[in-house]
Amino acid sequence: MASQKKFWQWSRGTYRFLIVLCASVLIISIIMFYKYGDELHWDAKEKDTYIETPENDTERIENGIHLRTGLKEGVGLTETINNCTTCHSAKLVTQNRMDRERWTATIRWMQKTQNLWDLGPNEEIIVNYLVTNYPPGKKGRRENLDNVEWYELKN
Amino acid sequence: MNRRKFVRRSALAAFAGLIGTDIVFGAKMTEGYVPLGAQDPDPFDLFDKDPEMVLLNDKPWNMEARAHLLDDSITPNKYMFIRNNGIVPEQNEVSDWKLTVDGESVKQQKSYSLSDLKSRFAPHTYQLTLECGGNGRAEFDPPAKGNQWTIGAVSCAQWTGVRLRDVLEDVGIKNDAVYIGYHGADLHLTRDPNKEPISRGVPMSKALQDETLIAFQMNGKDIPLVHGHPLRLVAGGWPASVSGKWLKRISVRNKVHDGEKMEGSSYRMPCEPIAPGEVISDDDMCIIESMPVKSLITHPKSGAMLAKGKTMDIRGHAWAGELEVGKMEYSIDFGATWKPCSLEKPVNRLAWQRFSANIAFPKKGYYEIWAKATDTKGLSQPMILPGWNPKGYLNNACHRIAVKIT
Repeated sequence: MASQKKFWQWSRGTYRFLIVLCASVLIISIIMFYKYGDELHWDAKEKDTYIETPENDTERIENGIHLRTGLKEGVGLTETINNCTTCHSAKLVTQNRMDRERWTATIRWMQKTQNLWDLGPNEEIIVNYLVTNYPPGKKGRRENLDNVEWYELKN
Repeated sequence: MNRRKFVRRSALAAFAGLIGTDIVFGAKMTEGYVPLGAQDPDPFDLFDKDPEMVLLNDKPWNMEARAHLLDDSITPNKYMFIRNNGIVPEQNEVSDWKLTVDGESVKQQKSYSLSDLKSRFAPHTYQLTLECGGNGRAEFDPPAKGNQWTIGAVSCAQWTGVRLRDVLEDVGIKNDAVYIGYHGADLHLTRDPNKEPISRGVPMSKALQDETLIAFQMNGKDIPLVHGHPLRLVAGGWPASVSGKWLKRISVRNKVHDGEKMEGSSYRMPCEPIAPGEVISDDDMCIIESMPVKSLITHPKSGAMLAKGKTMDIRGHAWAGELEVGKMEYSIDFGATWKPCSLEKPVNRLAWQRFSANIAFPKKGYYEIWAKATDTKGLSQPMILPGWNPKGYLNNACHRIAVKIT
């Protein structure tokens, strides 16, 4: 089966990569320790070290949207991601539009029934973020049909 | 241990690490099977859904169809909406699956294996309309909380299984039985084992209907995992949330079932109508039973352009919960005039009904085709939104498509 083969190839690839990675780290560490061991300062406070981390693609924000979650960029985004996307998808947030009272009531309901923790000082930050970025709009009793994709009908 | 076995076992360990829990029956897992928790979460691949389906939520999985995808008389899996409340159970080995019937109102608790169910009771097949209670929620103003379904949370597949009634008779039911409640194998989103994501049910009168099934097949094949494999309670015409997936247990209750999403405002409507946005106490909310009359134009797809002088064939489906649809009409002038559609009888009770019409347009321009079904008790679909309610249920406002005559 193709899926089996793909899975096997994937596993093999992953393990090869891991083995090579571990081996390289080990060898480089030994060499470095041997060459520069004496110069090492064991107390980290003595010397500032900077670790460069490559920018994580999935945490990028483009056109005001946090790519991984689809949430809008704004004050409180991080707190919202950390507290509101552990159990459910951010899509449940981005689909909904509520005022302050109803977003707060939703948090209370999750705390009462869905194991949501006490948000502490983050609650105000999160509710402000939600009300600012996902407030209710007026739809009336029936909206116009929009986003119509026009096409020639062949009978 | 050969290399292949080693790779597979280490991969299992890695999966367990990723998921953060041991994989029960991991040793029995089919080669090449990747547990759901570790899979690349492309739900279209994962659940064999058409790429034109619309993903609403990925944790839990929720996906809806678009009107033109629902044109088949019998909805195929690829166009069937997904509404999940919890996490799809990791499940590959079902030979030891048991269905238990218990509760205050059984004469004895009894369990059945899949083969018991298949061999001891007569199989029945019905085409059953399943519509999410919140289908159409997206239109409510003020907005209602939850997944914002537009029109596509409805399906009418063919379900095969045994009658719940036959199984309940075999178990023996006491006279004080009021309700049945289901329990499934899905996990709560928090993975808290003491919580159920959903556990709803129906009164005995619905439980004992011919068409209420403990189903093991959908459209002639094993039920797809995301739709409840290996067993699903199917009760057509009612909110689809009463058709419990991954069925492990049925409790026969001496009171209205009080499982998860039976109480509060879940799947309930204001007992007395309220104004849009009005705050209402949970005590004044009543459980939804039959779904209301509704219809969808499944052909043509909205946006059709046609040359003047040509006529347009339209078709779709209409359904009416527990009832039948008695009349189907369309309008091209925003409800000023209505013309009849031809309407077929359902293949069985609780199945949707095909309608069709051939439309001539008086002049060039923009039109909307509106469809309106009327049930056998004379209730019709409203043209604007029906009664506002806090959770946005039961929007059966008539379906509209846009067309242009050029």
